Amino acid sequence: MTSAPAKHAHYFADFQSLVQGPGTDAPAWLRDLRDNAWSKFSDTGFPTARRGNERWKYTNVGPIAKIDFSLAGQPISANGSKALVPDYKVPGTAVFDLVYVDGHYLAEMSSPSTSSDGVTVANLASATGDNSSPIEAQLGRLAPPDNDGFAALNTAFLHDGAYVYVADGHTEKMTVRISYITSHDADTKVTYPRTLIVAGRNTDITVVESYTGPTDIVYFTNAVTEIAVGEGARIDHYRLLLEGNKGFHVGTTRVNQEKDSSFNSASFALGTSLARNDMEVLLYAPGAYCSLNGLYLTADNQHIDNLISIDHAKPYGTSRLNYKGILDGRSRAVFGGEVIVRRDAQKSDAEQTDKNLVLSKQSEVDSKPSLLIYADDVKCSHGATAGHIDADTLFYLRSRGLDLDAASRMLVHAFASEIIDSVKLEPLREYLDTLFTAAIPDKSLPVSNLK
Amino acid sequence: MTTASNKPLLTIKGLTAMAGELEILKGIDLEVFPGEVHAIMGPNGSGKSTLANVLAGRPDYTVTGGTVLFEGQDILKLEPEIRARMGLFLAFQYPLELPGVRAWQFLKAGVDAKRVHNGEEEMSAREFDQMLKAKVAEVQIDPDLVKRAVNEGFSGGEKKRNEILQMAVLEPKLALLDETDSGLDIDALRIVSDGVNLLRSPENAVILVTHYQRILNYITPNYVHVLYDGCIVQSGGPELAHELEEKGYDWIKDAVDAAV
Repeated sequence: MTSAPAKHAHYFADFQSLVQGPGTDAPAWLRDLRDNAWSKFSDTGFPTARRGNERWKYTNVGPIAKIDFSLAGQPISANGSKALVPDYKVPGTAVFDLVYVDGHYLAEMSSPSTSSDGVTVANLASATGDNSSPIEAQLGRLAPPDNDGFAALNTAFLHDGAYVYVADGHTEKMTVRISYITSHDADTKVTYPRTLIVAGRNTDITVVESYTGPTDIVYFTNAVTEIAVGEGARIDHYRLLLEGNKGFHVGTTRVNQEKDSSFNSASFALGTSLARNDMEVLLYAPGAYCSLNGLYLTADNQHIDNLISIDHAKPYGTSRLNYKGILDGRSRAVFGGEVIVRRDAQKSDAEQTDKNLVLSKQSEVDSKPSLLIYADDVKCSHGATAGHIDADTLFYLRSRGLDLDAASRMLVHAFASEIIDSVKLEPLREYLDTLFTAAIPDKSLPVSNLK
Repeated sequence: MTTASNKPLLTIKGLTAMAGELEILKGIDLEVFPGEVHAIMGPNGSGKSTLANVLAGRPDYTVTGGTVLFEGQDILKLEPEIRARMGLFLAFQYPLELPGVRAWQFLKAGVDAKRVHNGEEEMSAREFDQMLKAKVAEVQIDPDLVKRAVNEGFSGGEKKRNEILQMAVLEPKLALLDETDSGLDIDALRIVSDGVNLLRSPENAVILVTHYQRILNYITPNYVHVLYDGCIVQSGGPELAHELEEKGYDWIKDAVDAAV
């Protein structure tokens, strides 16, 4: 390892401590993966909007780059963090929890599965020692560190994380909740949550990934999730980005879908000073289906950037991309939707929309849905909207006795409910409904008088 | 059928109103007593819908003069929701679709707002459930419509019927029907009319704004008023509607224009 550029000196120091300290136990392939990732990061650094970097055009990561976030240590006490685990109960026995505080696996709050019937739900560090596991083959395959500074940095610090493996033909439904919590001990610290999900042929799982933290400290979560969806498998995936108001979050999710598989995702974002939700789904084989829903609510000076890409590589794929935003205060939302239909991907069916409800004059949306079509027999559509609450609709509600505030709240809630209702896991749906209902701003709102 | 008490429910005096820079209502006088049905007729652009909407408090219009007393209280400065809670109801000409708003939630919010306004407690979910079921049966609306989001994907006729259901649930003292009959086929018209007749009582009143005489075959008004160019130019009994049906509006226009 050669010397790192001075500007990333503290990241390099942390990296050295990891590879010479707790990271020395790692198998050779993992050490190589980290070294390679570090050199990629030291080459690319953090992204900038210079020279037409479309992927980062509207989001300045300067606020993240200029703080010397150091690697979060073992939390002093996990007790205070328990309240940050999303509070909903999932009935049934096939429910597994993996809980991490400041990047460290917390066994006492987790309920892993290492049964012999083909299901592994465990922390990565304990599973990497197992030579027969598919981790070596999968880790870093879908989210390679190339050309992506954040994914590279996450991979360089790959030490622990969450691992879900369901063997081919294990058709029993199961639910896994993966909770990444930042504690009060992590002021100006960074964590690198890493999740690997491998769902074998004809499996059926639900995964809830959540990211939470305290509201009064500045911290950074740099997460990477890789999801391999096997032939005929189905994954319901929920991503809860609920960081504290001063928190930074960059999440990279990479999904690969085999033949006739189904990937149903819903992303929810609330709080968080600066958030990036970068998700790419590759419909790698024929007949794959994905639906990607999203709901974001921003206030104050918050900034959220959703960059969602769907790649139809093979024929008969179907994709549904539907994101909705509610903006208040001086907040800003960026939406980049990209649907690619390759030449081989005949009979593809793709729809994408991004709709925004703007509640204040100072908030701003930059929405850029795009379609790249190289096949000729396809059905594709895309659209984006941004608007205020409709004045006529508001009057309709008021004429029935609802005051301005109650009417506004009812309409904002109605706008959000389409995405919340897409959550199939009922306790989670109710939890999110309560959470978002409480977050609807309590004030009179500007309305559109345009007809 | 007039069992009118001697206190008017609604008294409009010299009402003038504008939409933007345009003067639409140019001096309306009207008195409505409990138990009465008034039909307001007139050609397109005469100000019929404006009158109904101004009474309900739609913010798109500016009242420039006159008074409107509802049960003796001046309501022109009151927010639309306050007027609604006092017992005024506007059935919309074009009811809006509310995707994501369940009818149950919407109607209960309206009922509770009115009850709280009157110093009563909010209704329990169970009590409301039973009341809603009874009203659905009473106005003969498809119970499935109530389970869906308000008006979302409804046909024109279904939307109008839903307005009648809302009216039945909110039990207004004064219902303003803004061209509720327009765009309805004969079956829908009958259902809507039956609903209105069902809700008629000696205590409440209806103002029926319509372009056509057709609905008056089903709902018999006590009075018919003809609105033209922002003024009531003729008032009479139900026979006036038949006269309009035979002769059209031109003779009214000619008479008014000749007088100017």
